[in-house]
Amino acid sequence: MSTATLELSSSAVSRDRRRRIDRLTQVWVYLSAAAAIVLILLIFVFVAREAIPIFVSAAVHEEVTLETLFLPQSYGTPEAPLPYVWQPVSQVPKYSLMPLFVGTLKVTLVAMLFAGPLAILAAIYTTEFAPRWLREVIKPVVELLAGIPSVVLGFFALIVLASWIQDVFGLDFRLNAINAGVGLGLAVIPIIYTLTEDALTAVPRRFRNASLALGATLWQTAWRVVLPGALPGVFAALVLGFGRAIGETMIVLMASGNAAITSWSFAEPVRTLSATIAAELAEVVFGSPHYHVLFFIGTLLFAVTFLLNWMGTLMVERLRRRLTGAAG
Amino acid sequence: MTRRLLADRVFVALTALAVVVIVGMLAVILGNIAIHGGERLSWSFLTAAPQVGMTEGGIFPAIFGTVLLVWLMTIFVVPLGVMVAIYFSEYAHRDSWLYRWTRQAVNNLAGVPSIVFGLFGLGFFVQFVGRGIDRALFEGELTYGQPAILWAALTMAVLTLPVVIVSVEEALRSVPQSYRDASAALGATRSQTIFRVVLPNAFPGVLTGGILAVSRGAGEVAPILFVGAAYFLPHLPTRLNDQFMELGYHIYVLTTQSPDVEATKPLLYATVLVLLLLTFLLNLTAIALRNRLRVRAAAER
Repeated sequence: MSTATLELSSSAVSRDRRRRIDRLTQVWVYLSAAAAIVLILLIFVFVAREAIPIFVSAAVHEEVTLETLFLPQSYGTPEAPLPYVWQPVSQVPKYSLMPLFVGTLKVTLVAMLFAGPLAILAAIYTTEFAPRWLREVIKPVVELLAGIPSVVLGFFALIVLASWIQDVFGLDFRLNAINAGVGLGLAVIPIIYTLTEDALTAVPRRFRNASLALGATLWQTAWRVVLPGALPGVFAALVLGFGRAIGETMIVLMASGNAAITSWSFAEPVRTLSATIAAELAEVVFGSPHYHVLFFIGTLLFAVTFLLNWMGTLMVERLRRRLTGAAG
Repeated sequence: MTRRLLADRVFVALTALAVVVIVGMLAVILGNIAIHGGERLSWSFLTAAPQVGMTEGGIFPAIFGTVLLVWLMTIFVVPLGVMVAIYFSEYAHRDSWLYRWTRQAVNNLAGVPSIVFGLFGLGFFVQFVGRGIDRALFEGELTYGQPAILWAALTMAVLTLPVVIVSVEEALRSVPQSYRDASAALGATRSQTIFRVVLPNAFPGVLTGGILAVSRGAGEVAPILFVGAAYFLPHLPTRLNDQFMELGYHIYVLTTQSPDVEATKPLLYATVLVLLLLTFLLNLTAIALRNRLRVRAAAER
């Protein structure tokens, strides 16, 4: 009798303990999930924090204000005006972001024009025309391309690609927007390809069957039925690829020539926003106006890529709902 | 009819050509690096320190630094990544605010430019946490408030967190619901079910996530530019607040700031080949593991 009670109570105790452990585990799991949210907030707060003096500090305003960052200044002579100059290390530091915006835009444009069509066409081939075994070969190969570290792509673009492109196009400068853009495109291709492939695969089989049954050819089916159906997903792929291209650093840092010139020629060296941070932050004086400007650029990059990613995932989500809704 | 078919063929061929171009470019890059890099690659290159201004000797300190960096990073990122994945797969209610915010946070974390992680590492880990530790424990003497391998590893852990989460979550979801039901029917609590039944069955996915994170971490340079990577150090890092040499950073500096590019080129190519082989081996292992997991999941469904 007494031993039975003892056993009963000890099992009740162990059940209690198990329940407590279960409770604690759950709390721990929820805290971990919250940590992910905290981390993204911390990133924003601690990057933006160092950019704040641009807006409020009088000491910083002696060298740089929002106006000098964005609006034309009179740095040159009346005959040869220099409205936009990025020259943070000089007697009179000049901080115009315009050359960096133009540089980033040029390189990104080249990368998207190079990578976009290639990746989308390749994805169409993979999902619509390739035999099954070939599909299983192409996908890992593209994943392999995605696995190349960007510093290796930067190295290749600087040492090998630059000379080829210079010879082929007969350019004056070895390092220029085209070279950096193509190198950057190599990093963007896997992203656009994978997301486009996902979007095309999500289009229900019966859309294709219906089109083929009506006498359309394979290409007509792919181009006029499957692709339009997956269009939001393809667009999202381009948006996310664009986001990656704007933020990518090592390739442009190594292969672009890094000259902050405001010109629309793609054959001249360029300097991008990301490369500027990478090249200058290591040598900058802690807490100087230059330091705060570089963090301001980082905040801009964070905000722009955040927005692009948010748009991209929203589009993917909408497409998924539309297609699964259509199937149900 | 024939004209239509001909046009059809041409367009299909065009898409095939795009695949050929992409695969061709990959082959050219890999071939070029393999051929030039292979010339100088040797056992002593992997095990010796650099000599004569990086024109002779090997890259052992850089390999050591890279391995130490990703190893530390793994210790930080895998436990947290696994817990968040468990939240997504086992605990989350699809329409709760925590689920939506966490999902959005992880998506956005994956899209933050790597250079911004560098700024974050400097602003948060080095300046805020590091200086804070110095003020509290070392009476303000500069000990942890400077670039160091600990801060680089933590920065890299934040960057690779989404990689681990995605991979582990997929693995957890591939464990059949019947396993969970059986475990619960035997009287196990939810946490017992997760840690003794679900997680062990998802182990290949945890491994895949870890490997992919290591591969990503070994290849990223921008995040560690300001938080501890150094061009040359006479000693290997032995303490958490030491600086370190790293393969990717080594390549970057040697490519862009070498006074004599032609003299360092053979060594540079060999270093690139080592980094490439390292990341590829890791990626191939991860892909193979994941495919096995997917095949198993499909078979049990």
